[in-house]
Formats: sequence, structure tokens, C-alpha cells
Amino acid sequence: MNDSIALRADGLYKVFGKHPDDAVRRLRDGASRDDLGGATAAVIDASFEVKRGEIFVVMGLSGSGKSTLIRTLNGLQPATAGTVQIGDDSITDASTAALRDLRRHRVSMVFQHFALLPHRTVIDNVAYGLEIQGKSRDERLRRARQVTDIVGLAGWEEKFPSQLSGGMQQRVGLARALAADTDVLLMDEAFSALDPLIRREMQDQLLELQSELNKTIVFITHDLNEAMYIGDRIAVMRDGRIVQIGSPEDILTNPANDYVEQFVQDVDRTKVLTAESVMRKPRVVIHETGGPHAALATMRDEQMSAAYVTKRDRTLVGWVRDRDVLDLVRSGEKSLTPAIKTDHGAVSTDTALADLFIPSLEAALPLGVADERGRLVGVIPRVTLLATLGGEPEAASSAIPRVDPLPTSVVDKVLGSSTEKGGV
Amino acid sequence: MDFRIPVGNWINDGLEWIEINLEVFFEGMRSTFKGMYDGMDWLFSSPPTLAIIAVLAIAALFARGWKFAIGVTVGLLFIVSVGQWDNAVDTLALVIVAAFIAIALSIPLGIWAARNDTVSAILKPVMDFLQTMPAFVYLMPALALLRVGVAPGIFATILFAMAPGVRLTELGIRGVDKEVVEAGQAFGASPRRILRQIQLPLAMPSIMAGINQIIMLSLSMVVIAGLVGAGGLGGDVVRSLSSLDYPLGFEAGLAVVVLAIILDRFTGSFGQGLGMYAWLRNRHSAKKTEDELARLESQQIQDTGPRRNPGS
Repeated sequence: MNDSIALRADGLYKVFGKHPDDAVRRLRDGASRDDLGGATAAVIDASFEVKRGEIFVVMGLSGSGKSTLIRTLNGLQPATAGTVQIGDDSITDASTAALRDLRRHRVSMVFQHFALLPHRTVIDNVAYGLEIQGKSRDERLRRARQVTDIVGLAGWEEKFPSQLSGGMQQRVGLARALAADTDVLLMDEAFSALDPLIRREMQDQLLELQSELNKTIVFITHDLNEAMYIGDRIAVMRDGRIVQIGSPEDILTNPANDYVEQFVQDVDRTKVLTAESVMRKPRVVIHETGGPHAALATMRDEQMSAAYVTKRDRTLVGWVRDRDVLDLVRSGEKSLTPAIKTDHGAVSTDTALADLFIPSLEAALPLGVADERGRLVGVIPRVTLLATLGGEPEAASSAIPRVDPLPTSVVDKVLGSSTEKGGV
Repeated sequence: MDFRIPVGNWINDGLEWIEINLEVFFEGMRSTFKGMYDGMDWLFSSPPTLAIIAVLAIAALFARGWKFAIGVTVGLLFIVSVGQWDNAVDTLALVIVAAFIAIALSIPLGIWAARNDTVSAILKPVMDFLQTMPAFVYLMPALALLRVGVAPGIFATILFAMAPGVRLTELGIRGVDKEVVEAGQAFGASPRRILRQIQLPLAMPSIMAGINQIIMLSLSMVVIAGLVGAGGLGGDVVRSLSSLDYPLGFEAGLAVVVLAIILDRFTGSFGQGLGMYAWLRNRHSAKKTEDELARLESQQIQDTGPRRNPGS
């Protein structure tokens, strides 16, 4: 198996009730979920791959089969058909003992309602996975203390779960899973039982931890905003089937069907979409070495009053106004440099839309977008920003240019004549 | 109507068959019960009465606190003052032996039933039968199989008292939060370990309630067992009934009440964190974890410091 794939599910089915194998055969033959008689299909033909170090979110409403799906991934619910592989080890073919071993060392889990052992202290809860792995008491306590510190529960080691708030209890749950030090982390609606503010905090903390630990995480949620916020990729589930897998932007901008489209309607686009996804190709770029003459000619041809200046390799240097360039040409200057203003205010490609509005207001030109090497890769005109907010980025191209006001002299003249007639 | 199913006769025939063919088994059971009872009785009756009362009062102090200790002392002194001490000790020994065996049988059965639906389905009607059959009815086969004395009393008591132990154990284990059990499985714990570290501790309040019920039912049955010559307070109650001796009947009856209350409070206090025992234990464990953390901290400093300890 490819090294970059941490977990792979292939043609996964989970059917409850009578004659599950028969039900799978009928589903494969194209029967719908509703005419299976006594059997209930919770997961139907789920196939996906989770890359190493990725946060893969499975999103769906209650009853969509997402909780069953995550339980087939570590064998808590044995799959009816299909295969699950973690690294090179098959979960679906493993014997009971082998499965236990896989759960000890390869995949751990965080639960919706925390599932802490109420009769054990925080530190003993965190050390639980290590205890089952058979680590010595010294080693597991030391490791548990480290992890407890990481999740911000230092000083609470000797408390019992009932003495902690919900958010803190889930930190213990997270610490327990992290302490086991498995490659794959399954999180079943891990933050759904928490208050919205605490939930946000936990999401941020998870992302922060992830940037350091680089685990492979499968995260289940019914909250699309949560999915969009923490997911590298999202699988949307409906009635047991995965209807779309893609990046948050994919799901938002190219919903696979009406269901997904309906679903993503309420998502705050400005938080999900990034500068990269809305930027346009810059219409005109002036090269630093071209000289004032060429620059002025280019701007005249494109009818622009200002433009970005880059080096040959597209590294952004700054921007120039036509007036300043005109002065340079008049004074016979050979270099463009005196006219270049360096306060270009370009944003990076992964800036969220929500953070583009103010820079866009402050920029004299369509907002520049620079990649991590400082090269100008695109611009965002204000109309594009507005069109994206409206849900139809393409509308920007058909935007009607701002209507120029009538020259003042003309207006004055008309106003003057109407006053004479005794109007107003 | 002439039609009649002779169920009673069948059972009688069955019992006769058992009597003849399993005589060795029941003889062994009889001597085991008798031996356990005699040992327990000796334990309570050979030291001076006041010493026993003092020991029980101290136990009460550890289990529940000083109020209960005073209650136990007053109650036991009352039994002594009405001249029922010897009978009470006999009864206590019988209850302890019967309850001990009933608990030892019912908890494993309850665990088994909790983990296996078939076992649960079979045990349910059996427990219904044992619990609802009028208590006197047990005495007859017990008498037939084990002859007069304490053995049939203990046997009948065990049968009668077992059911709540099995039921509450099963209920307690099945009632443990499914997600917590799942957590155990998800981290790769074996079923035995899940039972030991998750299911039993979390089912403990329910199991304790079962044990409490077993003991209380044993005590109520022990009086009935007086009918088959089990002696003790039950014997005196039976005697007073046949001779219409009210004073004796009430004195023995009140002694039963005192014993019942003391036993109930004792068993009800298990695992509740009451009394001096819990206080001492908390202090001990707090100190132990404190030491542990301090030790780990120093070791961490040692590990990361410039001087490495070659031994560790």
C-alpha cells in the first residue's frame, strides 16, 4: 500500500437486522435502502482513503450512518462487507486478538460523551490506553503527565471526571487518545456535546495540536461549519451513502447534488473560501526592468491608472500610478524605481475571505495575492469579492462598470436653466 | 372433574430419586453447611459478649461513623438484656453463612447472565420461581434431603435469597454506560479486563444493593427456618407460637429487628465513602499520589538534566 495513505475503506457495508449478507447483495444489485425488508443498512458502499497527517471529516445528519461508519473503522462494529485497512493491516480480516492489538497500537478513539472512567482520576484516565498496552506504571504516568500538560490540564491530574466541566472532560478524552500514541485518531462527534464557545476553543486547540503532532484524524460531525473549519477533506453522508468527498472549498463551490447544495447554503463562505479560490489573473503586470516608457504605454493600452510591478520571476515589488510614471517620462528618467510604491498590501493565498475586506478597501488597486515565495499569483477586484459573497463568483465578469457621473459643468447648466423656470 | 395433573407427585418422585441417588452429595453439603455454621457460631460465642459488642461497635465506626457505632452498641446491649444474645449469635452465624454462599453463587451467575443473552433468558424464569415460591415450600425438600438441623435452614435460605443478587448484578452490568464499555474496547482491552476495570466498578452500587437484599432476605428466611430446627431467634419465635408465649415471641422478634437494622446499615455502607475507613483511605491515597507525582517530577529533572542516572 502507498505510504501516504494511513487508512483506506473499500466498498464498506454495514447492515443490521436479519440476513445482512442478502441485503448487501440486493444493495449491490441496485436496491434502495427502503426496500430491504427486515434489514437496516447503516453504511452503504463507502470507499475512501485518508492520507497520513490529514483531518478527514465525515459529515452528515443524524441517521446518516456516520457513527456506524467510524465504528467499522476500528472494528467496534464489524463490517458486513468490504474492507478497512489501517496502514498495511486489515481491520476487517483481523482475528479478535489481532484486532485488539491494532486498537492498542494503531487506532484510538475520542467519544461524543467523553466515555471517561468515572471512578478513576484524570491522570489514570489519560494513562488508560498505555495501561492496556502493558507499559510500566512509571512510564505511563510520565507520558500521561506530558499529554495532560499538552492539552492544558496541568494541575487537574488528581481530580475525578465529575469534578471537571464538559470541555475539560473532553480534553481528558482527547489526552487519553493522544497518550496511546496511535497513528490514527477517530473522533466521534467529539465536540458536539459542548457549548458553542467551548466547542470553538476545542476546535482551535485540535488544529493547533494537529500542526505539531501530525496525526491522521477521522472526525465525525453533523455541524457543517465545524467540518469546514477543521477538515482538510470532507465526506458528506446521506442515508448511509457518501455523496461527495472533497476539500471544503470543493464542497462549497461545486456541490455534487442538490442535497449537498442545500446543506452548504448556510455555511459562512467568508470563513471557508480563501484568497486563492476567488483571485483572478492580474490583467496587467509591469516589469520592474521595463522602464517608464514601456510602463506608461502598457497602462495607456489597458486604460489603467495604476498597476503592480514585479520582477522577471513575478516577485512582487510594489505598484506605480500613471501620474508618477508620466512625471518620470517627462523628466527623462530611465529607471522606473523612483515611482514604485512598496506598500502594495498583498495578502497570502490562504487568507480567509473574511480577512480580505479591510485590505481590499485600503488597496488602491485590486487586492494583490502573493504566494509563499512572494510572487504575485493573482488579484481580487472588489466586484469579485462581492460576487463570491453572493454565491456566484462568475457574476463578477458580467458586472456593469460603475456609471461615470455627468460632468459638473453640464449638470450646473441644466440646474441653472430649471431654476430660471421657477422649479424646485 | 376427574382430570388432574399430579405435578406434586412427580416432584415428590423426583426428590425421592435424588435422595437415593445423590445421597453422598447432599451428605457432603450437609456437613459443609454444618461445619461453616459451627465455625461462625464459635467465632461469635466463644469470646466474652462485651468483647464482641466492642469489636462490632468499632467496625461500625469504621463503616459509617460514630452515630452508627452508638446505635450498634445500644441495640446489641438490648438483645443481651432480653436474654436473646445466644439465639442472636446463632441466627447471625446462620445468616452470614447462608448469605455468603448466596452471594458467592449469585454474583457470578449475574455476570454470566449480563454477558450472555441465552443464559439471561434461562435464568430469568428460574429466578422468578425461586423468588415467588412461598418460602415454607423450600423447607420440605430441604428437610427431606438434608434432615433436621441448620443445614436445611441454610439450604432453603440460599435458594430464597439468591434471586435479587443475580438480578441486580445483571442489571447493574447491563446498565453501565455503553460508550464507556466501548471506550475500553476501542483501546484494545480484553473482555475480562473490561469486566474487572469498567463494568464491575461501575455496577458496584447495584451489586451492593443486591448483596444488601440477599442479607435482608436471609434474615427473614432464617426465622422461618426455625421451623426445621435451625434454632436461633427463629427457634424461639416458633416455640412462642406453639405455646402462645407473647413475651418470648416479642423479645425474639425485637432481637430480629435489631439484627436486621444493624446488618442493613452495615451492608448499605459499602462503597459509599462513609465512616472512618473511607476517611483514612482517602488520606492515604491522596498522600500516595502526591508522593508519586513528586517522585516523577524529580526523575524527570534527573532524566533531562546533565547527570544521567545509569541505573534507570
